[in-house]
Amino acid sequence: MTNEMPLWEVFIRGQHGLNHRHVGSLHAADAEMALLHARDVYTRRNEGVSIWVVKSADITATSPGDKGPMFEPSNDKVYRHPTFFDIPDDVGAM
Amino acid sequence: MYAQMVKSTGNAVKSLDEMTPQEAAFQARIDAGEKIEPKDWMPDGYRLTLMRQIGQHAHSEIVGQLPEGNWITRAPTLERKAILLAKVQDEAGHGLYLYCAAETLGVSRDELLEELHSGRMKYSSIFNYPTLNWADIGAVGWLVDGAAIMNQVPLQRCSYGPYSRAMVRICKEESFHQRQGYDIMMKMVNGSGAQRAMAQDALNRFWYPSLMMFGPSDKDSVHSAQSMAWKIKIDTNDGLRQKFVDQTAPQAAYLGLTIPDENVKLNEETGHYDYSDPDWSEFFNVLKGNGPCNKERLGARVKAWEDGAWVRDGLMANAAKKSAKIAAE
Repeated sequence: MTNEMPLWEVFIRGQHGLNHRHVGSLHAADAEMALLHARDVYTRRNEGVSIWVVKSADITATSPGDKGPMFEPSNDKVYRHPTFFDIPDDVGAM
Repeated sequence: MYAQMVKSTGNAVKSLDEMTPQEAAFQARIDAGEKIEPKDWMPDGYRLTLMRQIGQHAHSEIVGQLPEGNWITRAPTLERKAILLAKVQDEAGHGLYLYCAAETLGVSRDELLEELHSGRMKYSSIFNYPTLNWADIGAVGWLVDGAAIMNQVPLQRCSYGPYSRAMVRICKEESFHQRQGYDIMMKMVNGSGAQRAMAQDALNRFWYPSLMMFGPSDKDSVHSAQSMAWKIKIDTNDGLRQKFVDQTAPQAAYLGLTIPDENVKLNEETGHYDYSDPDWSEFFNVLKGNGPCNKERLGARVKAWEDGAWVRDGLMANAAKKSAKIAAE
């Protein structure tokens, strides 16, 4: 019980050159074993061409309580979006 | 289902007026279709009920490997052996996704396994029935995985993010399971008279236990009402059972097999198939631990866990040695 293998988060890059994407987690004694397990568990149907594993304990995350101060400031900066600017139809596609 | 008769708070669903502001805000998020994520605030009852439900679901996946594992060495051809191995490996994966989802609620996988091994947590009643002949492997894929899909597809929309995402992955893989089972059944019914008889025998034995997978009628259950309000249970047990019978009856007819219930027929008025309820006393007896294979199944799990202890310890010792070496360099 005290000797439980640590938890790892698994990230996989699919076939089409997209970013590595979080797909799930697993337990493994070390990084090498985590990669092998990730291969067996998360790529049994050709889901990936590259795997990253990282110990869950090593991830720093925002907390739900920070949601407001973290993300709301961008709400009042609508000019960051292209739709903010009116371009006459006569100008053509832009 | 894979999670049967999961206990919730045991209290009636609170009305919005009875809730604390925090609970009401939580319920509003669920009603708006938002996903709840691990670090979000949630009522203790929600956390505990989900832990029970996901845990039981995970246990079912890994105990579910046993009746099929029984036939890996006995599969009739190399191709069937490879297919069955792949299927049983998938079940291990499904168990892993679900244990990981449960762990996000603050329980460790080892703790969940301890609960299973001590008999405090259950797994689906269906896995306490034996797989006696090769056609049983067909029937398990066709009926048992068919029933599982029926339950799991709506759970992809459940309110808890990690559970919902695990369900998405599982459902993607599950349809292979049902189709390989039906494929075995087709092969058997197109074979010799003896093979057809085996297929019919398998259907006879697995029909009612499959209906039991959905659990008894829950129309008056406070546990179900609370779980449905929290969107961790989407459909009623009876609703899913009816859907299963409606889907399965024509499939049995296609195989030329007879469902062992003379009441199964299409009701022109309702558009659904009528059917007889299973013997619920048998269901409760199996849940209590008195099914044909309860002792064998749990015994196999405990033995595998205990026999594997030295391997897990060795791996951890090796990892500790390696990281100490890196630290020293």
